[in-house]
Amino acid sequence: MTAATRILLAALLSLVLVAPAAAHPHVWVTATGELVYAPDGSVTGIRQHWVFDDMYSAFAVQGLETKEKGKFTRADLAPLAKVNVEQLKESDYFTYATADGAKVPFTDPLPDYSLDYKDEMLTLNFTLPFKQPVKAKDLEIEIYDPTYFIAFALEKQTPVQLVGAPAQCRLAVELPREMTYALGKQLSNNPEAATNFGAFFANKIMVKCP
Amino acid sequence: MSRQSSWAASAAVACLLLIAALDTALAQPFGLHPNAAPEPGGFAGWILSEQAKFYRMLSSLIRESKANGSAAYTLLGISFIYGVFHAAGPGHGKAVISSYLVANDETWRRGVILSFASAVLQSLTAIAIVAIAAVLLGATAKMMGNTVRVIEMVSYALIILIGARLLWVKGRSFLHLLRPQEAHTHDHRHGYRHDDDHGHAHAHAHHHHDHGHGHGHHHDEEEAPAWGHAHAPEPQALKGPHWLKRGLAAIIAVGLRPCSGAIIVLVFALAQGLFWIGVASTFVMGLGTAITVAAVATLAVSARGLAGKLAKSKPGAGLLIVRGLETAAAGVIILFGAALLTGYMVSELIGMF
Repeated sequence: MTAATRILLAALLSLVLVAPAAAHPHVWVTATGELVYAPDGSVTGIRQHWVFDDMYSAFAVQGLETKEKGKFTRADLAPLAKVNVEQLKESDYFTYATADGAKVPFTDPLPDYSLDYKDEMLTLNFTLPFKQPVKAKDLEIEIYDPTYFIAFALEKQTPVQLVGAPAQCRLAVELPREMTYALGKQLSNNPEAATNFGAFFANKIMVKCP
Repeated sequence: MSRQSSWAASAAVACLLLIAALDTALAQPFGLHPNAAPEPGGFAGWILSEQAKFYRMLSSLIRESKANGSAAYTLLGISFIYGVFHAAGPGHGKAVISSYLVANDETWRRGVILSFASAVLQSLTAIAIVAIAAVLLGATAKMMGNTVRVIEMVSYALIILIGARLLWVKGRSFLHLLRPQEAHTHDHRHGYRHDDDHGHAHAHAHHHHDHGHGHGHHHDEEEAPAWGHAHAPEPQALKGPHWLKRGLAAIIAVGLRPCSGAIIVLVFALAQGLFWIGVASTFVMGLGTAITVAAVATLAVSARGLAGKLAKSKPGAGLLIVRGLETAAAGVIILFGAALLTGYMVSELIGMF
């Protein structure tokens, strides 16, 4: 009965594995970023600004105490910003970097993080430093949520800026692809999508320096 | 492995794949995408591309409802469609309910009732959480997230318990069935060598079973209760409130966990001063969810009925196939529960990510 058991297990597993692929975002983030360079031309980290959609923003500020009703100042939002930044650590800040093909780790965000509330939308500002400043010919930073609960999209106008970069460095940005019928079909048949669905909707920041 | 058991296994696998492929099959009864080729993943792909759009429409419609009453009707319509779509994805107990029905040999009518009851409960949980936590207590998103997490854990644990109980009952009866049959078919060819390999005690057991269950097999083919308490209850025994009591565990296990989308919608509506619009939207979403779950449950039940009919036409292996199917369905429930509990399947991001 071993063969039958194996077939059964395979069927059961495939059933379970296929499942996560049909997730859909519940939170939308429009992001902008700044790559911060040191005088020696190495990248010290990335400063990001995440604007959350109105529905999630309303959810996030629910029950928060404010000095003035309906107005959320930076000070009002400071405790929430702290929770956010601390929780984000578990998800690696949804930010993944490689230098010349090798993974480079980030460390805890600088203490200058903050939350702003404007037009009923929350913006989270935080600076994510590299553990060691990175000097690479080919730096690539991806922003995405593997579970695709949050849909990240870099802003179209000015998605990323290089701050203090050597003049020869070239920036290229790739926005996440649009979810279409064809892509959905392709992904629901792709075993890799079952475990890392959001990676198919990654934002890519690529900097090439000679 | 005997021919019967391999046949049974492949039948069981076929049925499981059928459950897995229901996303695709659903395209036909709903006629949502009549031109779509019936290839695997096609319907799932469409769901993936559309459901997020509907979800995003909810926020602007809730806003519009404030000034414009007719926007509220549009909101309810979109909520309904979103519910139908969203439930077609995994989670929302579609798979658990279907597997439960297959394992317990329930009728499609009961499947529909279970589906609606669990969907209503799911809407109620979401509304109760937001009403009590946000409206009455002024709780923050983090507190609500923590509440949802606890409820989720209870619900997932309950799913595992239901699966484990079913697996115990059905699996035992399946194994009982498997053993004597193996001995029976192997007897003339290499049965004795087989016995030698397994030592005296095992061989003895085989012979004993052969004698003891000789009549039982004939009875099984005639659908008589052969296995006492391990057998699925006969149709007569299922009548009355008994099944509902048993189904209650499934309703609670599936319906207890609120949909994170519904909670976000409710809190957003509350922030707009339109909590009741959010409540209505949540109920209509639940209605849509119930329809999808009921459709899938009906398909699963008819697939099981088909397997049962096929089983009858294969004397000897018949009951084995059916029991194998039920055992597999019970296993699916446990796997789903475990996948959910370990956070593998559903992200538990609600709260402050």
